[in-house]
Amino acid sequence: MLARSGDTLVTGHGSPVTDQESSLYEVRKKIYPRAVHGWWAGWRWAMVWATQIIYYGLPWLTWNDRQAVLFDLAARKFYIFGLVLWPQDVVYLTVLLIIAALSLFLFTAVAGRLWCGYACPQTVYTEIFMWVERRIEGDRMARMRLDKAAWTPRKLALKSAKHAAWIALALWTGFTFVGYFTPIQELWASALAVSLGPWEAFWVVFYGFATWGNAGFMREQVCKYMCPYARFQSAMFDRDTLIISYDRRRGEPRGARNRSVDRVAAGLGDCVDCGICVQVCPTGIDIRNGLQYECIGCAACIDACDQVMDRMGYPRGLIRYSSEAGVERGDTARQILKRALRARTLLYATLLLGIIAGLFVTLYLRTPLKVDVIRDRATLVRETSEGLLENVYRLQVMNTRESARRYRVSVSGLPGLQLSARQPLEISSASSVTVPVSVRVDPAGLKPGSHEIVFQVTDADEPRVTVSEASRFYVR
Amino acid sequence: MSDFAQDAWGVYIALITVVSIIACAVLLKALSTRRVAKGEKVGTTGHTWDEDLTELNHPLPRWWMWLFYLTIVFSAVYLALYPGLGSFGGYLGWTSTGQFEQDMQRADARYGPIYKKFLAQDVKQVAADADARAIGQKLFLNYCAQCHGSDAGGSRGFPSLRDGDWLYGGAPEAIKASIAEGRTGVMPPQGQLVGGDEGAKDVAHYVLSLSGRTHDSLRAFRGKVKFQTICVACHGTDGKGNKLLGAPDLTDKVWLYGGSEGAIIETILKGRKGEMPAHKQILDEAKIHLLAAYVYGLSPQSR
Repeated sequence: MLARSGDTLVTGHGSPVTDQESSLYEVRKKIYPRAVHGWWAGWRWAMVWATQIIYYGLPWLTWNDRQAVLFDLAARKFYIFGLVLWPQDVVYLTVLLIIAALSLFLFTAVAGRLWCGYACPQTVYTEIFMWVERRIEGDRMARMRLDKAAWTPRKLALKSAKHAAWIALALWTGFTFVGYFTPIQELWASALAVSLGPWEAFWVVFYGFATWGNAGFMREQVCKYMCPYARFQSAMFDRDTLIISYDRRRGEPRGARNRSVDRVAAGLGDCVDCGICVQVCPTGIDIRNGLQYECIGCAACIDACDQVMDRMGYPRGLIRYSSEAGVERGDTARQILKRALRARTLLYATLLLGIIAGLFVTLYLRTPLKVDVIRDRATLVRETSEGLLENVYRLQVMNTRESARRYRVSVSGLPGLQLSARQPLEISSASSVTVPVSVRVDPAGLKPGSHEIVFQVTDADEPRVTVSEASRFYVR
Repeated sequence: MSDFAQDAWGVYIALITVVSIIACAVLLKALSTRRVAKGEKVGTTGHTWDEDLTELNHPLPRWWMWLFYLTIVFSAVYLALYPGLGSFGGYLGWTSTGQFEQDMQRADARYGPIYKKFLAQDVKQVAADADARAIGQKLFLNYCAQCHGSDAGGSRGFPSLRDGDWLYGGAPEAIKASIAEGRTGVMPPQGQLVGGDEGAKDVAHYVLSLSGRTHDSLRAFRGKVKFQTICVACHGTDGKGNKLLGAPDLTDKVWLYGGSEGAIIETILKGRKGEMPAHKQILDEAKIHLLAAYVYGLSPQSR
């Protein structure tokens, strides 16, 4: 980050006394977030449940006598319920990434780092791990005391219990992750028999270790130092974006006071300077200093402050979702919300809906058959004993359906083309075959050179499923 | 083993590598701290551009710096274990050739039993097995299709393997021998012996008559005399050829180099030479066995 020196910054250069080595790195200060309850915490937990039920549950579902969602890397086939995606379908992955990017744009433009605060795995697993930590070690003060205290059997017991619970959770997460790539029921059986393959074991442990490390120790540091999205989301903010903001005009001057004190007479703002908003913050910042890059938008401080305001008998919302422009103009909540509908968000939403609709339409209309025609390169053309000219091709026919199918091959493009191929072509469920075929034609009346011909492969039992693929026929 | 003509190059490169790594460590150490006045906070990194543009110090956590040192430790361990330091091969003795051989051994261990199973069977039995045919087709498309075509139909100069007409015999053993040892088919140029262009045309018309094609009977009569003295040595008195020599049957409709009058005259005048390369150096016994079975299965006699 760059700055012009002048009013606030004094550079060390030219200083006459230079007698101290100072590190440019800092020792991380551990953050002990205090437990928080309330409306937004409820939403956060709802998202934890929603994402984790899907994540842990999905690989156990069955569809068509196989795992409903399975990314079979070895066979290069992705099964997603009724859908089987082949490497040729990589365009859908591109579309999916575009949808993800546009959603991020949209949600960030509307309400800031919604993804970070509610849905990001880093936030979700940290939330779960902190819950475990609280159940075992207690809340903020208890945890701080425990960390400061000397090692006693009780401390050892508490720490061991916490890590045992964390590791169990992390390994289950790693196991589930691997279960998306290798059938999870068999994986479970081999895990019980302690006979996991070396790579399966590696990935279970590696993913588990990453979960344990990121959610247990790294926490806010992942967002602060490692995550690129955290940084570039601020580029998508504008003055109408909903951000978690402290109402400076209402809060200042802050100060501690008794409930019975008349704050107007005492010349105090609504902020009682209790510091609970700082204590609950998972990234350890003070939201009263304004929007900061560390803020992940989890809204814990909103819940905490609202509870304090209730106790003091002040109106809620000293810290609330508001926009920069809204705070400046003193808009009502309704007016601020209305600004969510603006050119930028409407454009993002239109694009997003268009692409999602396009994705579903193309998936619905997808032909479950793929054909490649590869012309023999060494032999251009040969003559048969009857004096006909013959070209040879390899047809790569892929049946992307999960049932055995029969196909008919035909060829057109030149008068009197004869095709010699095994008919019908039987291809078992979700597999491909290579068939050499030869095409003959009477050369009378044909110009020497290259002619376009078209192979057509059609499902023998369902003529709607048909693919045409062009190739060349050489005449000499 | 050194890839360099002179050992000095290896030392030179090793030196550059080691000095670079040490320089990285020194640079990291130098840039991770800053001299400041007593009591002054590290507000900026101390770098100044354009007279007054300074870089704010947003300190990274200390463990991040240790990660940088970790990469240096990693490079030292890596260079000790694997080749990378000049001509030093590393204590693990890893080589790309060794890795390749290991992979091949693993593949052999996996696929060897399948091949072994088919090798123990008779060619005719293998030809009837659908799995063996699938493997055979893949081998054929890899090793044979370049000349014989994907459909094994051959082309000019390369025989069709599916028409039931065999230059060297279509028995399983003969096919295996053709693949393993290769074949060289030579038709010597006979221009002088048959008496130039006219003589060759006479013989060609006799050859046309052998397979019942339209021909000039006078020329054929003249050609027959020459055929019975010259060509008979390989193609036999009846023109049915000789499978020991690979001399083709001239009475059928199969023409390796074209069956038109012009093509036959050219064959007689200039001769022909065909070569099927030996594959026993490239393919092992089991693969040749599977290929022979696949080719045998293509021909009409197997049906």
